[in-house]
Amino acid sequence: MSVNDRSLTTSASMNMQGIGNSSAGSNQSDEQVEPASTLSIFSLDMKKHEDIKQMLDSNKENLKLDAMRRVIGMIAKGKDAGDLFPAVVKNVVSKNMEIKKLVYVYLMRYAEEQQDLALLSIATFQRGLKDPNQLIRASALRVLSSIRVPTIVSIMMLAIREAANDMSPYVRKTAANAIAKLYALDPELKDELIVIITKLLADKTILVNGSAVQAFEHVCPDRIDLIHKNYRRLCNLLVDIDEWGQLTVLHMLTRYARTQFVDPNKTYEDDKKSFYDDNETEKNANDDEESSDKKTYIMDSDHRLLLRCTKPLLQSRNSAVVMTVAQLYYYVAPRSEIHIVAKSLIRLLRSHREIQTIVLKSITSMADKHKEIFGPFLKSFYVHSNDSSHVKYYKLEILTILANASNISTILREFHTYVLSPDKEFGAQAIHAIGRCASTIPEVTEACLNGLVGLMSKKDETIVAESVVVIKKLLQINPSQYGDIIKHIVRKVDKVTVPIARASILWLIGEYSDRISKFAPDVLRKMAKIFPDEETIVKNQILNLAAKLYVMNSKQTNLLVQYVFNLAKYDTNYDIRDKTRLLRALLFQADKCPALSKNAKKILLAPKPAPLLESIIRHHDQYTLGTLSYVIGQAATGYRDLPDFPLEPSDSSVRNVEIIPVSTSQHDSARNSKKGTTPGGKKNTGIDENFFSDEEEEDAEDASTEGPDDEEEENEEDEEEEEEEEESDGDDEEQSIENKNKTNEYEQLDARSPTIVENQPQNSESSEEEEESEEDESESEESTDEDEQTIPKHVSTVGKSPSNTTVNNYALPTPKNSLFEIDSETFDPTPTNVQQTSTSNFLDDFYGVQSESTSSTLTYTRQYDCLNRMTGNGLQIQYRFPRQPFPRTPNMVHIELTFTNTTTNKDIQSIKFLKARPGVQIEGFKDIDVLPSGASIIASIGIDFNDKTQAALFDISFDGRQLSTPVSISCHVGELFEQKFLNEQEFNQNLARLRGMHEITGNLNLSEIQMKKLNFTTIQSKIIQCANISSVPSSSGDSTIYRFAGQTISSKALILITIQLNMSQSIINFTLNSDRIVLATMLLEEIKQTISTVS
Amino acid sequence: MIHSLFIINGSGEVFMEKHWKTVVSKSICDYFFEAQKKSANPEDVSPVIATPHHYLINICRNNLYFVAVLTNESAPLFVIEFLHRIMDVFEDYFTACTETTLKDNYVIVYELLDEMLDSGLPLVTETNTLKELIKPPNLLRKVANLVTGDSTNVSDALTSSQLSNIPWRRLGVKYANNEAYFDLIEEIDAIIDRNGTTIMGEIQGYIDCCVKLSGMPDLTLTFVNPRLLDDVSLHPCIRLKKWESEKSLSFIPPDGNFRLISYHIGSQNSISIPIYVKHNIQYREGSAGRFELTVGPKQTMGKSLEAVAIECAMPKSVLNCTLTPSQGKCTFDPVKKVLTWDIGKIETNNQNSTRLPTIRGNITLAAGQPIPEGNPTLNVRFTINQVALSGIRVQRVDMHGESYKPFKGVKYITTVKNGRFQIRT
Repeated sequence: MSVNDRSLTTSASMNMQGIGNSSAGSNQSDEQVEPASTLSIFSLDMKKHEDIKQMLDSNKENLKLDAMRRVIGMIAKGKDAGDLFPAVVKNVVSKNMEIKKLVYVYLMRYAEEQQDLALLSIATFQRGLKDPNQLIRASALRVLSSIRVPTIVSIMMLAIREAANDMSPYVRKTAANAIAKLYALDPELKDELIVIITKLLADKTILVNGSAVQAFEHVCPDRIDLIHKNYRRLCNLLVDIDEWGQLTVLHMLTRYARTQFVDPNKTYEDDKKSFYDDNETEKNANDDEESSDKKTYIMDSDHRLLLRCTKPLLQSRNSAVVMTVAQLYYYVAPRSEIHIVAKSLIRLLRSHREIQTIVLKSITSMADKHKEIFGPFLKSFYVHSNDSSHVKYYKLEILTILANASNISTILREFHTYVLSPDKEFGAQAIHAIGRCASTIPEVTEACLNGLVGLMSKKDETIVAESVVVIKKLLQINPSQYGDIIKHIVRKVDKVTVPIARASILWLIGEYSDRISKFAPDVLRKMAKIFPDEETIVKNQILNLAAKLYVMNSKQTNLLVQYVFNLAKYDTNYDIRDKTRLLRALLFQADKCPALSKNAKKILLAPKPAPLLESIIRHHDQYTLGTLSYVIGQAATGYRDLPDFPLEPSDSSVRNVEIIPVSTSQHDSARNSKKGTTPGGKKNTGIDENFFSDEEEEDAEDASTEGPDDEEEENEEDEEEEEEEEESDGDDEEQSIENKNKTNEYEQLDARSPTIVENQPQNSESSEEEEESEEDESESEESTDEDEQTIPKHVSTVGKSPSNTTVNNYALPTPKNSLFEIDSETFDPTPTNVQQTSTSNFLDDFYGVQSESTSSTLTYTRQYDCLNRMTGNGLQIQYRFPRQPFPRTPNMVHIELTFTNTTTNKDIQSIKFLKARPGVQIEGFKDIDVLPSGASIIASIGIDFNDKTQAALFDISFDGRQLSTPVSISCHVGELFEQKFLNEQEFNQNLARLRGMHEITGNLNLSEIQMKKLNFTTIQSKIIQCANISSVPSSSGDSTIYRFAGQTISSKALILITIQLNMSQSIINFTLNSDRIVLATMLLEEIKQTISTVS
Repeated sequence: MIHSLFIINGSGEVFMEKHWKTVVSKSICDYFFEAQKKSANPEDVSPVIATPHHYLINICRNNLYFVAVLTNESAPLFVIEFLHRIMDVFEDYFTACTETTLKDNYVIVYELLDEMLDSGLPLVTETNTLKELIKPPNLLRKVANLVTGDSTNVSDALTSSQLSNIPWRRLGVKYANNEAYFDLIEEIDAIIDRNGTTIMGEIQGYIDCCVKLSGMPDLTLTFVNPRLLDDVSLHPCIRLKKWESEKSLSFIPPDGNFRLISYHIGSQNSISIPIYVKHNIQYREGSAGRFELTVGPKQTMGKSLEAVAIECAMPKSVLNCTLTPSQGKCTFDPVKKVLTWDIGKIETNNQNSTRLPTIRGNITLAAGQPIPEGNPTLNVRFTINQVALSGIRVQRVDMHGESYKPFKGVKYITTVKNGRFQIRT
């Protein structure tokens, strides 16, 4: 049965109805068919819609799909497909993904118009919100929040609240996006939404942060207090947020900075006050970093952080991001730093025409305020003949603004070419620009005037006219010097035909008639002859001329003036008639108003202020640069002005966070690992040779200060660090004193916030480095480049400063925390642990979307000794497995070493990694130059254990001596693994490959009480205690089978663990599949032992 | 926040519309048409148009207008950038973004628009991620569609609920031949004075990649002379830290075509211009004039100039040109008054000036018209293969993370973007 047959029969029966319906004004013709007559449109119409309806009702998927595609086609063309709503909405339950999607598209378009029917679909979305597939959950929420049906506000609210707690960051992001939509639908919900926004702002996943800030901007942009706690994190993560998210965050941060920090460009007196008000230590720390001329103003370290973190974004490929950073610098940065944005803005000028226009407009305003920053790029604003008109005008404007005594000759030459360009309007603009240059730069006024007079002899009228107008204005500024030019212009009066130019000439003659007393009456005579044919504006000036001449020289011109006045008396324009009456009264009727007539001369020839040659382009500086309002020159709906800087800075401690933000190393490693090792899914067995050599080189740079080649790099890095160090070094001293007293107690905690301790030795290291660099001539080049190199600095220090300041203000952690740490030794996942792992993992989250559910909440880390303080002469080394991928080499186990100087009075000098004992590959730590007594430091090393539990040995040296016994690090079997995310299907596939000899089994008897305790959470936590592996989500929901998967770090060999609970016999069956059977056996024992401790 | 989007073709017909929020009537486009009518040149339409209740932001590319409707304050540059990104995605999906391709693939277009914006806010803009969600059209699927009648644009990713960990690269890429091509393209942007002095010369460079590598390759690209790259914009896949510290590009590439880096070498650096044009254009009283051009290579590093063409917009008063070129073809469009001289290839070793391409002839001016004031500007176009004018060179491209040996190719091209190389006469 073909569809066509069916539709034909229905169309016949529906025909009458069809005509009735279509007269109701529906224009539903599908354009694929071009109807021949109006009548056929109607019949065809109905047929088509019936056709589609039937296809939608059919039970064949492909018919439905076809129908939906046609419906979408109608929507796309702007045709009304609203009457199909009932037929379409039914298909929301379709199993076919594409039908479902298209129905969603339809719903978002029409639900608002057919709210009652739309409610039918809600149940489907609610079901979708519970779907195990994150993408389906997200899309259900998206549609639910997009259909704009006010009756479901409460359902939306519930859904958003739930989704904000979803374990998938993608769903949380969607929830953040939905907040703004819900708010638009029902602003009453603001308070409830703010609670959710607060939560999402603090989300650990950068994917979510961008959208959360977006929601914040929509719902409660005034609640700046919500940002405080997230400020530093947002700054630090800015580069990792997606480009559109960056835009929102940048806007928000600009506003934040304007409300929280003081104006960096204030004068000394202003600053002094705020300076002393503030926390002195912190301010002092900043001092050295600032350039010498800014001694008076000390920037808040958070303010500095913002500038530092946004700078790399100038390299974004997204012009909007670059522009927004430029805007941020314009409004927030000290004047001396704004220049860095210029180059990037110039780069945008090579982009699309539309982008050029907007960027140039913004540059106009920026250049107006900060001329110097665009000075070097003058040539980039030269006009190409095929630039669009907007681009030309803005370029011209910028050139005019940038003109100064030193570059004016080139600019004038350039302008001269523009004057002659075929685009006459542009030529006129150029003449105007010349005039402006002439009026602002006295050195060239004369030359410009001569040039303009030269232009008057051109044949083109617009050019001549514009020249005359500009000359008039210039002459007015300084009339005494240029009598000759006035004469020259007067001679032109017959040739110039453009009204405005004629008017200008006549005005000039009238105004300066004393200089050209011979010509003036003659001109008036000529004008009188052609008075009726002139434009109003010219007539006006003829009257002015007549009046002024009469005042000056009444004898000669009396009759002429009377004649002109009589002509004007009967003019068609009432303004002219009025003016005539006025002038007549003033000049000829002395008896009526003697007071005025007496002063007629003074009135008419009063000195007139010279006009300002103003830009032809209207500036809209009252609006924030780069906003829509700025571009269109009127306040757009929803425009908000940027607040002014407060006089007093807000208390910076509000930005401190309890959870210490990620330090640089962690941040970097996370960033690296995301890029370097996220392909972890792939086996890394066949890595290129080059890979290793590269890495080794890099490592050498990191680890050694020897070798001239490396020094360059080294120095750069150190300078970066140094800058940072200096900022905080005041605090460090304070810190170190306290450290001395408490180190023994607080070792663990120090380990937790590595930057605190790390800073100190590096500080001295870097100063050493600096000396070296001064000695080394080759360095001079490097240091001159420093300005250009500032970007790297900012990047590398990004993560540090917040943790510094946090710690400063937060004083020392309480002993309670250290107790927690001790707890962790007994394998209990404690709150501190959770906190720690969540901070370190949150970057990973984004990249391992699913890891979140399993790993971030439960991880344990145990600390082991590898060098006790007796053998180490006071140096104690402990190590732990942070369970993060080793950033540089993905197949090495990441190990964190904690060096502690346990002596009370002796600094330990230059701790160096010498070499690994044969048979093991180790990436050593960076040299530690000095470890003051009582302090501890954390360093990371990577060891390739080669999938063995054999201890790795390596030599270290300190105080110039090699330690006689090698340091030994043995790897717990579980630490040889890393997480591997598999779904159940993949798990089973891999399982099938690893049967037989790759399989080992074991079982464990437990008491019944213990058995009852076993559930997913307890099993998972126990397994994660044993090894760094992840659970495999189960689709069956069977609570007796649990699956875990991981892979060895070194060779990426899979390990699959299946745990089956036999409740009736209180037996747990374990099955481990791996081709590393030895490891599997060891792991099995470990797991059995751990699980047996369940209580 | 983009409220609605209208796609308008060259003849002013709104052929597609998409609303992310409450529907805005098509008639809003009348404001745009009005602005279009007012400006002489389609290029001159202001990108931002304010109407009483809405704000229109438009872009024009490939003779298509994308008009976005806003109701609220939002950065215009963001909207413009986004509209261009939409076009980029369409180009990637349908190889060209024209009225025909958009109409042919309206379902995909609609699905894409829906995926890219969520109620007016950007959602997914990386083509690689989009391709995981919506399959691009290809011939095979079209055929399969005809035969079996059930094919879907929705990709399997939805069903498997797996999204790539790296937003710009999709999962499970597989190629039989693993290859990576890097085109280092430099565009000269220059204005030459009538005396032959370079008033302004800049280079805009790009590395456009076509990477077809299986799995998750990790590439490192190093330059011989990275110091030249001082002002760059980078694809988000590039590890910023590596670039800052070592000036090497380390990245996991997106699959397919993408622009890795673009750089700008400003006018502060002196640039050697590889071409010169001797010109002699004179108008004489009595409605006639002389026109003579000679083109020659200069500092081309031994490579020949290819696809050389000169375009000259004559003043309106020029009636006709009768010119005879010694090489190539010359046409004059009497309506637009544009003279085009297609020269073709100029060999470098051919230094003998007599054999350099020359064009000579007379210009006829309309009677009674004044003699044009200024001489026309010459727009020169040319291409030099195997040379990057700035001298930048790729040292090596290394791959790790995968075991196969890929084919890697680097190509250098120096070229001129239309209208950016001008000689004033």
